Amino acid sequence: MSAAAPIGGCETARPQVRSERGQRAVFCGLTGIVWLHRKIQDAFFLVVGSRTCAHLIQSAAGVMIFAEPRFATAIMEERDLAGMADMHDELDRVVAQVLERRPDAKTLFLVGSCPSEVIKLDLAKAASRLSAKLTPDVRVLSYSGSGIETTFTEGEDACLSALAREAPREAPGAEPQLVIVGALPDIVEDQFARLFAELGISPVRFLPGRRSTELPALGPNTRYLLAQPFLGGTAATLDALGCSGVVGPFPFGADGTTAWLTAAAKAFGVPATKVREVTALKENRARVAISRHRARLAGKRVMFFPDSQLEPSLARFLSTELGAELIEVGSPYIHGRWLAPELDLLPAGTELVEGADVDRQLDRCRAARPDLTVCGLGIANPLEAEGLATKWSIELLFTPTHGYEQAGDLAELFARPLARREALEV
Amino acid sequence: MQLAMWTYEGPPHIGAIRVATAMTGVHYVLHAPQGDTYADLLFTMIERRKERPPVTYTTFQARDLGSDTAQKLQSAIRDAYERFRPQAMLVGASCTAELIQDDPGGLAAAVGLPIPVVPLELPAYQKKENWGAAETFYRLVRTLAGPAAQARRASGAVSGEGGRKGRPSCNILGPTALGFRHRDDVQEIRRLLETLGIEVRVVAPLGASPADLARLGEADFNVVLYPEIAATAAGWLKREFAQPFTTVTPIGVGATRDFIEEVAGLAGVDPTEVLAKDSSRLPWYSRSVDSNYLTDKRVFIFGDSTHAIALARVASKELGFKVVGLGTYTREFAREVRAAAGALGLEALISDDHLEVEKRIADLNPELVLGTQMERHIAKRLGVPCAVISAPVHVQDFPARTSPVMGFEGANVLFDTLVHPLMMGLEEHLVAMFRDDFEFADNAQPSHLATASAAEPAPAEPAHDASIVWEGDAEKELRKIPFFVRGKARRNTETYARQAGLAAITVETLYDAKAHFGR
Repeated sequence: MSAAAPIGGCETARPQVRSERGQRAVFCGLTGIVWLHRKIQDAFFLVVGSRTCAHLIQSAAGVMIFAEPRFATAIMEERDLAGMADMHDELDRVVAQVLERRPDAKTLFLVGSCPSEVIKLDLAKAASRLSAKLTPDVRVLSYSGSGIETTFTEGEDACLSALAREAPREAPGAEPQLVIVGALPDIVEDQFARLFAELGISPVRFLPGRRSTELPALGPNTRYLLAQPFLGGTAATLDALGCSGVVGPFPFGADGTTAWLTAAAKAFGVPATKVREVTALKENRARVAISRHRARLAGKRVMFFPDSQLEPSLARFLSTELGAELIEVGSPYIHGRWLAPELDLLPAGTELVEGADVDRQLDRCRAARPDLTVCGLGIANPLEAEGLATKWSIELLFTPTHGYEQAGDLAELFARPLARREALEV
Repeated sequence: MQLAMWTYEGPPHIGAIRVATAMTGVHYVLHAPQGDTYADLLFTMIERRKERPPVTYTTFQARDLGSDTAQKLQSAIRDAYERFRPQAMLVGASCTAELIQDDPGGLAAAVGLPIPVVPLELPAYQKKENWGAAETFYRLVRTLAGPAAQARRASGAVSGEGGRKGRPSCNILGPTALGFRHRDDVQEIRRLLETLGIEVRVVAPLGASPADLARLGEADFNVVLYPEIAATAAGWLKREFAQPFTTVTPIGVGATRDFIEEVAGLAGVDPTEVLAKDSSRLPWYSRSVDSNYLTDKRVFIFGDSTHAIALARVASKELGFKVVGLGTYTREFAREVRAAAGALGLEALISDDHLEVEKRIADLNPELVLGTQMERHIAKRLGVPCAVISAPVHVQDFPARTSPVMGFEGANVLFDTLVHPLMMGLEEHLVAMFRDDFEFADNAQPSHLATASAAEPAPAEPAHDASIVWEGDAEKELRKIPFFVRGKARRNTETYARQAGLAAITVETLYDAKAHFGR
């Protein structure tokens, strides 16, 4: 299945993953809407949920709500719960209301929530019924962003999985293509497109694209490369469509980006010399940018709380390219197949924790007193007030961080809290 | 189902968290799915609190559904007690947990903790944040002051006078975590009460412990600062301890003076000296000639009931604005807001649908909007100056500086806040006189707010009646009217034309309408 063998260290040194179960201080998958609605410009996200869901999204999206947003919540009320029968009529009415306000929407996602999942409201059925009614103007899809099923970035995974299922099938004998999977900032997408063109890999398509209507045709001649580590579900969907995945480290930092490109190049038979030729200068430029932050981070003890599944990849970047010491790397889930190359690159003995028990992890954090703690916003200020430097983790998702040109910015995100502490005299 | 792009209030369990977080020694175990911990960042980020809210979430996942969730809740209760050792515990469900019906109250009782445990029934599909806060506070007060109430009943006390002696005393009820300016309002009102010689016994929920709630009955009366949160509890305290409570919210100079008279009456002290002091600058600022041009500025007010009602009085009686619209999202106090609107000759807008609020603002063409964070967004879209006077608010309305809205200093803050977004007097005159200046252009944002407006799109022109034709000259003449009253002029002229049966509007019609309606 996997086209490229893991790069780097030997299997035996791979750190063991320890599971922890308890209270989890994480976002649910609905939060993915906050960035997905900006990426997919002709889509509308309608959460079918409760007032809590609406409140969550507006709290997470902060001041973005003022513009005519491309997301909303259909808030279930007492009378909806009293009799299930009219729920679908109600949904049709609300969808009509949404489309009246946003006639430009081409794809409407019905996003499931905890309440809608618990009462087993069949959104997939509703989506296909509405799709049949609204075709060809609007396509209606569904996925779950509920907290009981998804953690933070897994909302994107569920969304992209739903999109992939909608993609047209590849024509028989179609030429090989590469599909990059994961919502990337437009500027990063363009940089990667240029790099693959220079490597001679073409065509290269992106999932999701900027428009929901432009989906790549998928099939056995499609190889896909994950740009984000949290897309295991989408990968499984692509596998089921006959596509094959390329496994490699994720494109964070200079080394990470080169390794990621190399994995794709190998799968497409691009010679190693060609890869060096294309990457050498850019990789070097990234190293220069990273090195400006190395002094501040080298030898620093860093702890990751679980949040986005980016943690193992970012920890690898901090450790191998910035010389930081890893105390503990927490992640909500670790997809073994896709994370294997990253885990191989982590220092032997790195404490890897899947899942969470937030109070116990806080105990460990306070005992270890790391130089930098990467954690969510509910924990960051309380730890700062205890004198511990923190990097709030959500920013790592809302900032362009992938690829060579962002490698310095990524390092800077971790260096900034430390620089700030040095600067403040009060 | 209700389509919502934005909600004025969170679900009721957020209200409960606001009460728990405001207090000390209280812990809240919330049966909730993974993800509901987003609520923590309201407190750690927006309010910038230094501690995590005292909330343990069960954060169940799909794989836990079934009998497992009840056991998960019980172990969460046990663990939270062991770890945090609270003096009292709240136990309740979020919207999803309400659906799986684990009976948090019964399960908590079965754990058998040696502290008071208050089960919360907060119907998430009917009620909202403020109701949740009020209910939680009431349940806590009832549970913790209950023993004292029983003892009092047993002793046969009948009126509020028995047993109380020494300095007159009161409690301050209502301030919570995440409340709009609660921190500074409390400081201001406490100072005011102490100046009157009244002792403040307990402030609650903000800063109070369960032990503090147990002695609420010891004060002579209660000061209810935020009825949305404290009215239910104050009603119970009145029944149990014969404690009267205040009914005037001290926002604005007039209301503060009324409040002083009310508390002086309840405490049996003389307010003359305190009232004689000219303690707010608002009256002079508002009377000084530079405020002349504020007269009859058309203002739309929306917020929680307390702030909406109070600001209507400040705007109309203390700043000389003309209130053209008044509304609230607080259905529990709709009657009070309707009465306040009626007194101003208006019909109140009672709605939690921000699209309806937006439509009303667009129709009314106010020159100033006083509202919540959402009205800030609406006003920005419509190009209307705006000030925030009520929750919900974002991080910028939890300022570092002292900024009450209550009491005399609060009135000073309100004067500045309400006048600041408006174009300053001289500039307003000059823009109306010389319309084609290349810098101070028509409908440019006030130049004292220049940086905020640099990238703003031009404000939207209000939609007009398509059945009536504006002749070219009339349209040109209309453009000469300053932008902030232009929408109103357009509407008045069209109304006038319709009433007069005119098919087209000329320059003459425009001025006929002006003479007919006044400005």
